[in-house]
Amino acid sequence: MEYIIIIISAILVNNIVLSQFLGVCPFLGVSNKVNTSVGMAGAVTFVMVLATVVTYLLYTYVLVKLGIAFMQTITYILVIAALVQMVEIILKKVSQPLYQALGIFLPLITTNCAVLGITLLVIKKNYNLLEGVVYSAATALGFGLALIILAGIREQLDLVNVPKGMRGAPISLIVAGILALAFMGFSGIVR
Amino acid sequence: MSNLREFTKGFFRENPTLVLLIGMCPTLATTTSAINGLGMGIATTFVLICSNVVISLLSGYIPDKVRIPSFIVVIASFVTIVDLVMNAYVPSLYESLGIFIPLIVVNCIILARAEAFASKNKVIPAFLDGAGMGLGFTMALGILGSVREILGSGAIFGFKFIKGDGILVFILAPGAFIALGYLIAFINKLRKA
Repeated sequence: MEYIIIIISAILVNNIVLSQFLGVCPFLGVSNKVNTSVGMAGAVTFVMVLATVVTYLLYTYVLVKLGIAFMQTITYILVIAALVQMVEIILKKVSQPLYQALGIFLPLITTNCAVLGITLLVIKKNYNLLEGVVYSAATALGFGLALIILAGIREQLDLVNVPKGMRGAPISLIVAGILALAFMGFSGIVR
Repeated sequence: MSNLREFTKGFFRENPTLVLLIGMCPTLATTTSAINGLGMGIATTFVLICSNVVISLLSGYIPDKVRIPSFIVVIASFVTIVDLVMNAYVPSLYESLGIFIPLIVVNCIILARAEAFASKNKVIPAFLDGAGMGLGFTMALGILGSVREILGSGAIFGFKFIKGDGILVFILAPGAFIALGYLIAFINKLRKA
């Protein structure tokens, strides 16, 4: 039951992009096409879950034991950077088209605040390892959901006559705002 | 003269938030009030100036292949300093900015300036570039924070000037996206005109 609450809360109620504002850069950057967003969501999910496991173990068994918990930020960002590099190498070998499509955004997962944010939040919320993994996987799903919905809407927006100054980023932001308004309807399901 | 230009380009022509559209997460998340926005802007500016100066000084010594990890370590060290200092001296602001202080590390503006400018330039231009970009960012956050506070709670810097509540949605998440969308549209209009 606890896990179901964590999952629903992370995907719908406290959606990472639309209510916590983490990972907004890739959210706006790669949401032009549905295909690319699916790839991006997959890459983020993989990195996020892996990073949560590694940083959780490092924090509990190394940083706290040595009494250097204030080194948290530096350690985490290095772990994430290494993981992203790994995913990039694997993806280059396994799927060339996906690698080409994600282009510049793959190294940018390092500076995707969603990944670092989740690893920090898992510690802050005092989750154990299993809860942490469930939480980060659900959060990544929520990220993917928001990304793919926005991509779908933006593909349609290309066909619409938008006023000149509103084209590009402004209209995407306003669409995201309305999307966030819709997601607010879920608040109250769980605390 | 060219130094002056390095300083001022961040304000308007290459404003990181409003024109280049980077560093969106803290922009949206911390601008629930003018004070929060400015606080975040100043913290980021401090990290940006320090990391720009250090990276510019170190640029001859860092091997090209490991430059990005090295930059990140430099930035993360300064963020840790800011985190500890803010926790000690401005606990209320620290509470309301919460997780977004450690997240200054992954603010794309800082890494982008390190990579695109500081690592290729001397200390003084790097310092001015960091200061200009940081102030441009602070300005954008201050404007957005003020707009959201005025509309959302009918107050500015905590001084209320209407009775009752404002348009609450502007304090909540959707208002952040919508307000920033209109602000960027307005800036686009100004730039074209």
